[in-house]
Amino acid sequence: MERVVIEEVEKTFPNKEKDGSFTVFKDISLTVNPGEFVSLLGPSGCGKSTLLNIVAGLDQSSAGEVKVGDKKIKGPGSDRGVVFQEAALMPWLNVLENVTFALRKKMKKEEAKKHAEKYLKLVHLSKFMHSYPHELSGGMKQRVSIARALSMDPAVLLMDEPFGALDEQTRMMLHREVQFIWQETQKTILFVTHNIRESILLSDRIVLMGTRPGGIRKIFTVDLPRPRKPSSPEFIKLEEEIMSILAGEIEKVMKEEMGDDFNSKKASLLYGTDRNMGNHI
Amino acid sequence: MGAVEQLYIGLFDTGILLVALTESLQRIVIGFSLAVIIGGILGILLGVSKIADETLGSLVIALQSVPSIVWLPIALIVFQGGAGAIYFVVILGGTWAMTLNIRMGIKNVQPILIRAARTMGYNHTELIWRVMLPASIPSALTGARLAWAFGWRALMAAELIGRGGLGRTLMDARDFFNMDLVVAIMIIISIIGLIVEYFFFSKIERKVLSRWGLAKAS
Ligand SMILES: Nc1ncnc2c1ncn2[C@@H]1O[C@H](COP(=O)(O)OP(=O)(O)OP(=O)(O)O)[C@@H](O)[C@H]1O
Ligand SMILES: [Mg+2]
Repeated sequence: MERVVIEEVEKTFPNKEKDGSFTVFKDISLTVNPGEFVSLLGPSGCGKSTLLNIVAGLDQSSAGEVKVGDKKIKGPGSDRGVVFQEAALMPWLNVLENVTFALRKKMKKEEAKKHAEKYLKLVHLSKFMHSYPHELSGGMKQRVSIARALSMDPAVLLMDEPFGALDEQTRMMLHREVQFIWQETQKTILFVTHNIRESILLSDRIVLMGTRPGGIRKIFTVDLPRPRKPSSPEFIKLEEEIMSILAGEIEKVMKEEMGDDFNSKKASLLYGTDRNMGNHI
Repeated sequence: MGAVEQLYIGLFDTGILLVALTESLQRIVIGFSLAVIIGGILGILLGVSKIADETLGSLVIALQSVPSIVWLPIALIVFQGGAGAIYFVVILGGTWAMTLNIRMGIKNVQPILIRAARTMGYNHTELIWRVMLPASIPSALTGARLAWAFGWRALMAAELIGRGGLGRTLMDARDFFNMDLVVAIMIIISIIGLIVEYFFFSKIERKVLSRWGLAKAS
């Protein structure tokens, strides 16, 4: 459990053509408190992954700094566990070996094995310890990936659309599992998603990001008791509130990408505030 | 039918075919092993180091397009007609295929695997050993298979001109107008190719590809 402090972080990509450059976002400041579950929500391309990767140490920020606890981040480290959209398991290792892969730098073989078994039990995969990744379903792979990240006992867990590639049923099951794990381990979690419902379901706070200029639009505190019910009036009210802001951001992105072809009326039909349609923007 | 008789006599009676076969097999096994080792090391170097790739990369591609048997005349002079010349040609025949396949295997490792390993605290050297090399094993296998095929062809060609082994015996048989023996030797050569290709490499490949999750649904 550690605090994550993001201070005036900027990310600019140099443009290969000509001398221009592209600023994804700048002046992003955000503090994630110890044990807090914070979601980053925003339209595609607003820089959610970029920000998460900077915290992970996989990308370098152009300005500003990120601290985990008192430590300034210089590169990747096992104090931050990362779960990607793809499970990113080593295909030549079985489930158990994939988890111990994360531990072999820290502990001896036997100890690592015991440790890995504990975390595989936590994600209910004890039966599949000796299976290879290609023998698992998408949801199971993602659970291995979560167990692998947790087994390093990181201070912070970073998740980039971990359930984005899964079907609805599997995703619902993993939502429950993540909430259970979070309560059990008390980790600080930074979670990227573009699913509004998912973010309300899981988070203490939702950070809504926008584009052009990229940055934080609004931070919502989700003050609903757990477990949360998507059908409750408070849930729906918050969902609609977030959707209305997000719809504006999406329209901006569409205008930018489509230029003159953009038809606002058609877009509002396609990406309107209808809650069912807007669920998977 | 005469060829079968010749096969029997050559293998179990006079033993000339057995001696020739043993010599050829020894050459291909040693030559192939060295080609895999040298090609492997060179391939890893090209895959991992950008500088090496930019300088040596195109040289390897150029060398690869030269049939290795072309080197035999020079090799015969350098090695003074010794067995070294034949080894040289066999090794040269297999090395480049191995090099280029390993290089490609390393270049094509999914970036997400490397990123994931980095988040677990693996540094650059460890990434090479623990991620890039294991991930490129299927390519290495393709390389080894090609190295064998090229090496075997190079060996036969070299022996026709050089000394000893099945190739030389083939030429001797022709000089004595023993066409049955010629056919017998050709049978041995193709059977060895078949055994290695279909029993050895195919088996390993099937295992590796299924483990790496690359096998087509069977
Ligand atoms: N290597 C790069 N070079 C140049 N631009 C980049 C690079 N990587 C990302 N970008 C740009 O940065 C912006 C943010 O990308 P990022 O992947 O962080 O978005 P995102 O919010 O995660 O989107 P999504 O929801 O689709 O995953 C995009 O506009 C993208 O084009
Ligand atoms: Mg993303």
